[in-house]
Amino acid sequence: MSMRLFELMLWAAGKTVLLSAVSIMIGLAIGLMICAAKLSPNKLLSIPATLYVSLFRGVPLLVQLLLIYNLLPVLGIMVPSVVAAVAGLSLCTAAYQAENLRGGFQSVPRGLLEAADMVGMSPWKQLTRIRAPIAFRLTLPALVNEAILILKASSLVSVVGVIELTRMAQNLSASSFRPLLFYSVAGAMYLVICWVVAGGGSLAERMLKTGSRA
Amino acid sequence: MTRPAVTVRDVHKSFGKTEVLKGIDLAVPSGSTTCILGPSGSGKSTLLRCIAFLEETTSGIIEIHGEPLGFADTGDGGRTRLPSSEIRKVRARIGMVFQQFNLWPHMTALGNVTEALVTVRKMKRKDANEIGEAQLARVGLSDRGHHYPAELSGGQQQRVAIARALALEPDILLFDEPTSSLDPELTGEVLNVMRELAGGGMTMIVVSHEIGFAASVGDKIVFLDEGKLLLDGPPSEIFATPRHPRLQQFMETYLDRGAATLL
Ligand SMILES: Nc1ncnc2c1ncn2[C@@H]1O[C@H](COP(=O)(O)OP(=O)(O)OP(=O)(O)O)[C@@H](O)[C@H]1O
Ligand SMILES: [Mg+2]
Repeated sequence: MSMRLFELMLWAAGKTVLLSAVSIMIGLAIGLMICAAKLSPNKLLSIPATLYVSLFRGVPLLVQLLLIYNLLPVLGIMVPSVVAAVAGLSLCTAAYQAENLRGGFQSVPRGLLEAADMVGMSPWKQLTRIRAPIAFRLTLPALVNEAILILKASSLVSVVGVIELTRMAQNLSASSFRPLLFYSVAGAMYLVICWVVAGGGSLAERMLKTGSRA
Repeated sequence: MTRPAVTVRDVHKSFGKTEVLKGIDLAVPSGSTTCILGPSGSGKSTLLRCIAFLEETTSGIIEIHGEPLGFADTGDGGRTRLPSSEIRKVRARIGMVFQQFNLWPHMTALGNVTEALVTVRKMKRKDANEIGEAQLARVGLSDRGHHYPAELSGGQQQRVAIARALALEPDILLFDEPTSSLDPELTGEVLNVMRELAGGGMTMIVVSHEIGFAASVGDKIVFLDEGKLLLDGPPSEIFATPRHPRLQQFMETYLDRGAATLL
């Protein structure tokens, strides 16, 4: 493989990372809101949140992507396909992240909040200083897991015409008649990216376990 | 006669249909130590949690230095819920130490002790740290401020929890089985801190199975049985033989358990 082709693959890998990272971040923000809605005693919030989660977890991501891609123009929204791709990935991962976060929030031991209550912390302070930081630590392994899943699932966005790592390997295979080479390189690149994410995750976990000490 | 630090008047507490506290009356004089004994399930924790307002009583009145906590007497036999600002003010005089320590795992010992000074009392970080370090020194942990709870022994964690409560200068400290989740060799260090606090004039209510501590430090022993205060008096009276049969039975169970760990 020439340097030029390798550079193309690297560029595509970068795009995969970017697509996934943006989607994970947006998904985390939406997931937090859905989690809050789901934990709310207000049924007007919790029922739609539950519906959202079951909908986006129940429909294959590929179908979701195709639906969003075809729905946007019908609604008169003209956006580049990459935006449709990020929207699809974000909305889907948000459902899973909402569930992870809910698990984290519900696993914060009640005694820790009672201790906060006893020193006079307001409900808001209890949330921001105690509940959320502990829930986030409890959720971190699941978040890393989800990031890896989304990294790999991002290969699906090639169906809406976004050129990322998988699509690039496909294109180059077709033009060079060397599919084994390009798919192996793509596979290796996915593997390395996932290793980095997993490694970063366990490093963060270790650092957060006792604060700064590893 | 000065007003008691804590007054409990005809307090009932039910969880659903089960009545756990069946009319408790109790006065805790300022500066004294009251030890609550009683078999498992008799309602000791529930009573303490009601005094901390972690549970709301079903009926009855609790007063802290004469000020009603949570609910005030309307004078015609009923009671009315007080505004939350009022509740917070009265509650600020009470500190609580839990059986499971309940330290916040993501903060250091010093962080745990200073958290409320900064976020609730709005102190500057530097001033809060000064107080925090002094309180940690008071429980013998001046060299452990920067350790996280997971890096401390159970006895050290419980002492940090005591320092956390002390930092807010409460008038009254509540302890719910503070040594029950500790290995036997670690209970001493916690009991010693509590003994010193009692000697220093802190008002304390202690739920504990440490009968030795209760007998030597308690100014008053209260024996709770099936949601009722069966006995209430100084240790010399309560522990004098012949004992109330329920207390005798309780102590035998306790001593059996103690003996069993020796084998
Ligand atoms: N939140 C709750 N909901 C329902 N029942 C409860 C609740 N808390 C306590 N109880 C019940 O109230 C009774 C008294 O409980 P409590 O914890 O006050 O007992 P205790 O004297 O502290 O016992 P132990 O020595 O085992 O700690 C028990 O039967 C318990 O099951
Ligand atoms: Mg108890």
